[in-house]
Amino acid sequence: MASIDAAPPVSRRRSVWSTVLRNPSVIFGGSIALILLTIAVLAPFLGTRDPAEINPSARNQKPGYTATVRDDEGKKISVVYHFGSDSLGRDIYSRVIYGARVSLIVGVTVAVIAVFIGLIIGMIAGYIRWLDGIIMRFMDGLMAIPEILLAIALVSLSRAGLPAVIIAIVIPQVPRVVRLVRSVVLSIREEPYVESAITVGTPTPTLLWRHVLPNTTAPLIVQGTFICASAILVEAILSFLGIGIPPEVPTWGNIMAEGRTYFRILPHNILYPGIALALAVLAINMLGDGLRDTLDPRFAKRF
Amino acid sequence: MQEVLTGVTEPVLSVRNLTVRLPRGADRENAIEGISFDIGPREIVCIVGESGSGKSVTAQAVMGLLPKRDLVVTAGETLLQGEDTTKARISRLRELRGTRMGMIFQEPMTALNPVQRVGQQVAEVLEIHTDLGSSEQRKRVLDIMRAVQLPDPDLMIDAYPHQLSGGQRQRIMIAAALVLDPALLIADEPTTALDVTTQAQILRLIKEMQSRRNTGVMFITHDFGVVSEIADRVVVMQHGRVVEQGTRDEVLRRPREAYTKMLVAAVPSLVPPKRAPVEGKLALEVKQLSKIYGRRTLFNRKARIVKAAQDVNFHIRKGETLGIVGESGSGKTTVARCIARLIEPTEGDILIDAANVAHLPERELRPYRRDIQIVFQDPYRSLNPRRTVGQSIVEGPINFGMGEDKALEKARELMRLVGLSPDALDRYPHQFSGGQRQRICIARALAMGPTLLIADEAVSALDVSVQAQVLELLDNIRKQFDLAVLFITHDLRVAAQICDRIAVMKNGVVVEHGTTADVFRSPQHEYTKALFDAAPGRNFGAQQSVA
Repeated sequence: MASIDAAPPVSRRRSVWSTVLRNPSVIFGGSIALILLTIAVLAPFLGTRDPAEINPSARNQKPGYTATVRDDEGKKISVVYHFGSDSLGRDIYSRVIYGARVSLIVGVTVAVIAVFIGLIIGMIAGYIRWLDGIIMRFMDGLMAIPEILLAIALVSLSRAGLPAVIIAIVIPQVPRVVRLVRSVVLSIREEPYVESAITVGTPTPTLLWRHVLPNTTAPLIVQGTFICASAILVEAILSFLGIGIPPEVPTWGNIMAEGRTYFRILPHNILYPGIALALAVLAINMLGDGLRDTLDPRFAKRF
Repeated sequence: MQEVLTGVTEPVLSVRNLTVRLPRGADRENAIEGISFDIGPREIVCIVGESGSGKSVTAQAVMGLLPKRDLVVTAGETLLQGEDTTKARISRLRELRGTRMGMIFQEPMTALNPVQRVGQQVAEVLEIHTDLGSSEQRKRVLDIMRAVQLPDPDLMIDAYPHQLSGGQRQRIMIAAALVLDPALLIADEPTTALDVTTQAQILRLIKEMQSRRNTGVMFITHDFGVVSEIADRVVVMQHGRVVEQGTRDEVLRRPREAYTKMLVAAVPSLVPPKRAPVEGKLALEVKQLSKIYGRRTLFNRKARIVKAAQDVNFHIRKGETLGIVGESGSGKTTVARCIARLIEPTEGDILIDAANVAHLPERELRPYRRDIQIVFQDPYRSLNPRRTVGQSIVEGPINFGMGEDKALEKARELMRLVGLSPDALDRYPHQFSGGQRQRICIARALAMGPTLLIADEAVSALDVSVQAQVLELLDNIRKQFDLAVLFITHDLRVAAQICDRIAVMKNGVVVEHGTTADVFRSPQHEYTKALFDAAPGRNFGAQQSVA
């Protein structure tokens, strides 16, 4: 029998990522998300002041207001309130910039934790059949808990703060990831290449890691971005309702909650954090949409 | 125009010098290049070729169904009763489809809308192309359903597709294609997804309908048995070109071109060659094997019980090939999966080296995993697309403690054995063709040093020339390693050539069991007889092997 040679090597991976990076939603959403990340990291260097600094003489000022304050050495300097000030005279510009930190931390942490926990539980549910029913009914139960009620309960049980907020948002997200992973595992375990791995005696943990797990990455990246966007939104809601992160911490939700009272006279209190929040959620959702279209062929755009 | 030419049979379809360009970056420039052929009224022209030969593109070009951006007709014409369909406007094409040309597809499961009654789907053609009132439409639909020999048309007209069998669905497709008496019927592998017995009925039906209605048929197939059964003329295609065309007997019995000769020779004969009985040691013994699905649970007290396999008994000796033959749903794959212990049988014994592995838990089963290896049907799904071929082959030996270097050395050796270059170990599965992947799967199975190799429809997805090579490979390794082979197939031709003994399964039960020669010469059971009768082109292969 003559030796038969295969086609020249083509890198499949590279072609996938090059299509991803050509997708307009990915480019748009990704660059805005990247800009927000840069802003959050470089917050102290963007002409901001201490976001908690109170100036009683500059309360409730409109955007562009210039105040004269004394610095540490007693010299007079003038400061500009680009986005105005709130009822305690705090600089809204600084608070919005610093607020990006909390939002992104919450978004990314929730996405990572939810995906990680969901992945493990989903793999178990999908692969160990007798556990499937028990786990999935438990997950159905979790999905019935509204995140806001859960946050109220957690905050009243412990202290209000970042960990409580993250836990409160993670818990209702986990079942969604579990369902996704389980469905992928259920379809992949029927694939002949998984079955032949079984017949060559591959131990179950290796089997899951080597043959099943890689199939979940694309849908999980997509799901992760959507969880991230939704977590940012929910964190803002919780803060706005006063059951999230303590009010002195600058978060977009807290700034809006603070400005709620004078909304009619001083709309900037809500306008700027609102724009930041909308932009962040839009950007991350667009990134997720773009990733889904390119990574997950089942949802790919049809012309 | 036709009136002028009365007396002369003008072709229904005349394809002239048709060329369709492929998008850039494809493996060749044109999907089809300069092909020409005619189809007369009452004539069945079979277009035969292996996958990628351009047969379906030809059909799509005639129907005007080519994907607009990717495939462009660059030259030639397709004259449907004198009208060029490649240049027709979309609205005109829509008129032509249904009235002058009808089409049936391979997958009767997906070609019908699952949420619409089948009668409506046939009536849709009438609704679009005629002014008939709804009661008249219904009458026409009932007529055509009767003509395609559907049982109880009055009841079936209101059935949904899922309530019908595959053969019945294909009959509905034929009814919809023929309800307006088109001059041309295009059938793209219409029986490939069907069982042999159903296939035989559908072929008979197509033939009957077309001769009664003077329809010209363009019948696309890869199966030479079907060709010999149905064709008036044959067009052989390869790489987008017509290699040879002529009447059925010319092409099948006296092929002129080397490619056609090779194709015809590659079709396995239905007459089994002489084989000496194998006297080796027992490799596997299966006793009273049953697998029953469906069990009463807390919520479902009246669960339907499916006996996928029942009281299956057989043994295989070293160096012997046992074939399990049956149609879909006969339980042959269930038996294979039980033996490979991908599923646990409900009852019965599976004896390897006197050890019963039927009910062992995974941990105790592990040492026996090496002994039984399986090659699956679908070469595109049997290898993990994310791992190199080498990684896939060495996975098993490394699981059982072989060093990586040694395992790779062995993999290289096996690649040579299955006819592939050892350098290809670093490549990914998508860089290989279906036949090459099947060789890789065989190499992966051999790497474990099995005593029993299960081939579950291992050559069914392959083109006939590739199939012949893989069958030859399987036979060689059986001899070389003194392997016991359990060969599962629906294809009687393949079974006749490779098996020492054959077990025929139906509805989970082995209905007949004997040496291949005996079973083929004098089938005992009614079902076996029916199966053999239905095999397309019964005489075609036989004469081949005699000649």
